[in-house]
Amino acid sequence: MAIPRFWREIGSRYNLIGTKCGNCGKVDFPPRAVCPGCGRKSIGRMERLRLAGKGSVVTYTVIHDAPAQFEMQKPYVMAIVEMDEGVRLTCQLIDVRPEDVTIGMRVQSTFRKLGQEGEAGVIHYGYKFRPAART
Amino acid sequence: MRDVAVIGVGETEFGELWDRSFRDLGIEAGLKAIQDAKIASEEIDAVYIGNMSAGKFIDQEHVSALVADYSGLADMHLPTVRIEGGGACGAIALLQARLAIASGMYDIVVVGGAEKMTDVGDVQAAEILSSTADQEWESVFGATFAGLYAMMARRHMHEYGTTREHLASVAVKNHKNGSLNPEAQFQKEITLESVLNSPMVAEPLGLFDCAPLSDGAAAVVLCAADRARKFTDTPVLFKGSGQASDFLALHDRRDLCTMDATVVAGKRALAEAKLEPKDIQVAEVHDNFTITEILAIEDLRFVEKGKGGPATVEGVTALNGKISVNTSGGLPPLGGTGATAVVHIFERGD
Repeated sequence: MAIPRFWREIGSRYNLIGTKCGNCGKVDFPPRAVCPGCGRKSIGRMERLRLAGKGSVVTYTVIHDAPAQFEMQKPYVMAIVEMDEGVRLTCQLIDVRPEDVTIGMRVQSTFRKLGQEGEAGVIHYGYKFRPAART
Repeated sequence: MRDVAVIGVGETEFGELWDRSFRDLGIEAGLKAIQDAKIASEEIDAVYIGNMSAGKFIDQEHVSALVADYSGLADMHLPTVRIEGGGACGAIALLQARLAIASGMYDIVVVGGAEKMTDVGDVQAAEILSSTADQEWESVFGATFAGLYAMMARRHMHEYGTTREHLASVAVKNHKNGSLNPEAQFQKEITLESVLNSPMVAEPLGLFDCAPLSDGAAAVVLCAADRARKFTDTPVLFKGSGQASDFLALHDRRDLCTMDATVVAGKRALAEAKLEPKDIQVAEVHDNFTITEILAIEDLRFVEKGKGGPATVEGVTALNGKISVNTSGGLPPLGGTGATAVVHIFERGD
């Protein structure tokens, strides 16, 4: 797969850059050119917004049958997380035992290697989530 | 809009068909349907094929022309159309063919769905299935196709108390139905315990909660209703149809326990047919995973939201239950699905 395919998404994969609709205030991630709620009224009014990286688990699964790229990681936990800004995303949960994951659990984003293109290809990075530090 | 009728159907067997190529499958289903409809090839106006991923599974695109060609239709230079829409390809092809006839443009269209999945290894096939999900924002992080359905199942358990036994009862029922269908991939019954004890694929879904990889094809001949009597005494009329879509990524959808696209498509189809969910006696719904059938019977309003699991255990959807669901044993994957559903319903009416 070509390098630009990963490179062009770096803003959102590394820094959780999304958009906020200048019309209704709804937050989207990844960035959208058009707000799903406002349609044309939002065109040209989508503002860049960096998510704070904190949220709660809405649902999760433990993957046992993994794609070749993830073979060495299985079993691993995938989750849908609702960010505190209200938008949801799909991510891997790490630094937690599968049996300890619960719906509602607080999590925060962290920067990790996502995969690589074969033995000598480009390594690509992005977010994974882990249990939130207690405060 | 003109009325449209089904006047013939055909399908191949389904399974790991090592000795059959994509074109073999498409031709067999198509020719069987043409023969069943007793039409001459000169009467065919167009060929529509639902196919999800021949490009990835067998490195072959342009499959509609290919199948028409090897069905002996090349010299007619027919319009051939290949339609892709994830697991809904076959169903969308049917609706598009219906529209083409209803509009008056064509009188007779052969429409089918076909997929050849076993020319690649299991891992690669699973990756190809995942390509219907959002590659950049789901798959790249490690979400598999089964994993996405597993997350819907987990949430359904959380919100409605659905259990693994509820999910498993879908597989038990559909295998039982499959044991009565000579074209089914698996023709033997399975027990609840074997489903519960099958190896985990994506928790809470085990191997028997997941549809197998499968090769096969199905085809239907559609005809303008005013001409249908010429070919058959028992044309089956298209009373209503509905198609809908949604946010592609699961995480963007309104509710993880509802397929809004199914809700809307079902309402559109029933409204056109002037029917209510309670009028329906038999249904073929998508069941690529056990949770999928539970969501489908809820979203089509056959049972109350959240009650799909208990209803399945109670036999509401069993053969000759209040509404018989997936009487054939469940749907073959991808391109074949929608077309096969119509084939099975049509055959039940015979």
